[in-house]
Amino acid sequence: MKEFKEHTDKHYEADLKDLKEDILRMGAVVEEMLVFSMKSLVDRNSAFAEEVIKKEPVVNQLEMMVDDRCLKLLALHQPAAVDLRFIVISLKIGKDLERMGDLAVNIAEIAIELNQEPQLKQYVDLPRLSAIAQHMVNRALDAFVKQDAILAKKVLEQDDEADNLKDKIQDDLVPMMEKDKEAVFRAVRLILIARQLERIADHATNIAEEVVFMVQGKDIRHQYSRSGSG
Amino acid sequence: MVENKEHNPSIKAEVKNLSFYYGSLQALKNVSLVIEQNKITALIGPSGCGKSTYLRCFNRMHDLYPGHRYEGEILLYPDGINIAGGGIDPIEIRLKNAMVFQKPNPFPKSIFENVAYGLRIRGLKNYHQIKERVERALLEGALWDEVKDRLHDPAFNLSGGQQQRLCIARALACDPELLLFDEPTSALDPIATARIEELMGELKKKVTIIVVTHNMQQAARVSDFTAFLYLGELIEWGKTEQIFTNPKEKKTEDYITGRFG
Repeated sequence: MKEFKEHTDKHYEADLKDLKEDILRMGAVVEEMLVFSMKSLVDRNSAFAEEVIKKEPVVNQLEMMVDDRCLKLLALHQPAAVDLRFIVISLKIGKDLERMGDLAVNIAEIAIELNQEPQLKQYVDLPRLSAIAQHMVNRALDAFVKQDAILAKKVLEQDDEADNLKDKIQDDLVPMMEKDKEAVFRAVRLILIARQLERIADHATNIAEEVVFMVQGKDIRHQYSRSGSG
Repeated sequence: MVENKEHNPSIKAEVKNLSFYYGSLQALKNVSLVIEQNKITALIGPSGCGKSTYLRCFNRMHDLYPGHRYEGEILLYPDGINIAGGGIDPIEIRLKNAMVFQKPNPFPKSIFENVAYGLRIRGLKNYHQIKERVERALLEGALWDEVKDRLHDPAFNLSGGQQQRLCIARALACDPELLLFDEPTSALDPIATARIEELMGELKKKVTIIVVTHNMQQAARVSDFTAFLYLGELIEWGKTEQIFTNPKEKKTEDYITGRFG
């Protein structure tokens, strides 16, 4: 990891720092939304889901703020090299985090529906998948803060685990639907949640790839994930 | 750095282990660099890094300083002559490697005579030939349309940007192989600057260009290759896109991102 001195231009330095802080604030809100949406499902308590839904505008607002900051930095400072890469990936990370927020809201809305029905089965794999996704998000943001490409690459390695677990959840629920028509409504929703979690893991993968690009200047997209879709 | 045993036609000049001394002061330290044919190479670096010294080696401008000394070689292709070596006629070199300076410096003559000057020095006497080459040089210098009806007006009547294009046309009249630009737009406004930059892009089809600039965005905009010099040493050289997006050397990165000093 390279250690960088501060910029001679203090305003520039401050603007870059503000951008980084906004991304981290956004990350913190999204991580909380993810935790609450799953807690709502597992604890069968829709109040948590309502909290998640309320947070969505906050994330949207932050995304717009991040975009504004990036545009201003690009227009006023003509950044180069690592600074340019940092700003460009900030635009992308903002988008990834915003999408993750939307996915957490989807989970929350499905949880509200499921909480009104009797529980189909004990939730075992979904919390496991959620833990993996959360771990990936957390590590990806940590790698961003520390400018740590090695840590970022560890996130990429976890993506297959998330994909496989999503497939397993799906495979376990299909026979239940085949056997019992009554189970279809709930099983479909559980599969949908698994799908949202897997998408969140994909966005964490994107962030990790972006961090590697920022640190090393190398584009490593479409090399790690099983589906190749990154 | 590229080591080519035989001359590669895409290479215009090759600098090998060049050191330059102003008396006891060593301004360039063992610099090796390849200048590609029909490309623009930008030299960047903080004040005093040796970039102008380096540029001036290409047309032996330092010969005017007492106690100067060259070590190493500057091979100019296709002839393979060593510009930094002995037995070189500086006047001949300056016709081949023409310089355009920071401030436009037309001669106190008419527009026409400014461009004709180098041709006359070369011994060209036929007025029709001179006229034809002046017109061509002014066209190539993107000035013709603005001056064609007042060719015999004093050059000082032109605006700063036009004067600079006149100096470029003056250099082009003698069919140079290398054009050396030393901060060519630092005295110009953004529009005049844009015209010169656009012109450089056109000119490289015909000549090879080396440009010294303090304006890093200019280096990024106009050049194909960028060399970063610091304290007389060449720190890094590469394609401009690579230097500005992903430099290999920490010092280069610090300089272009404004983390210097």
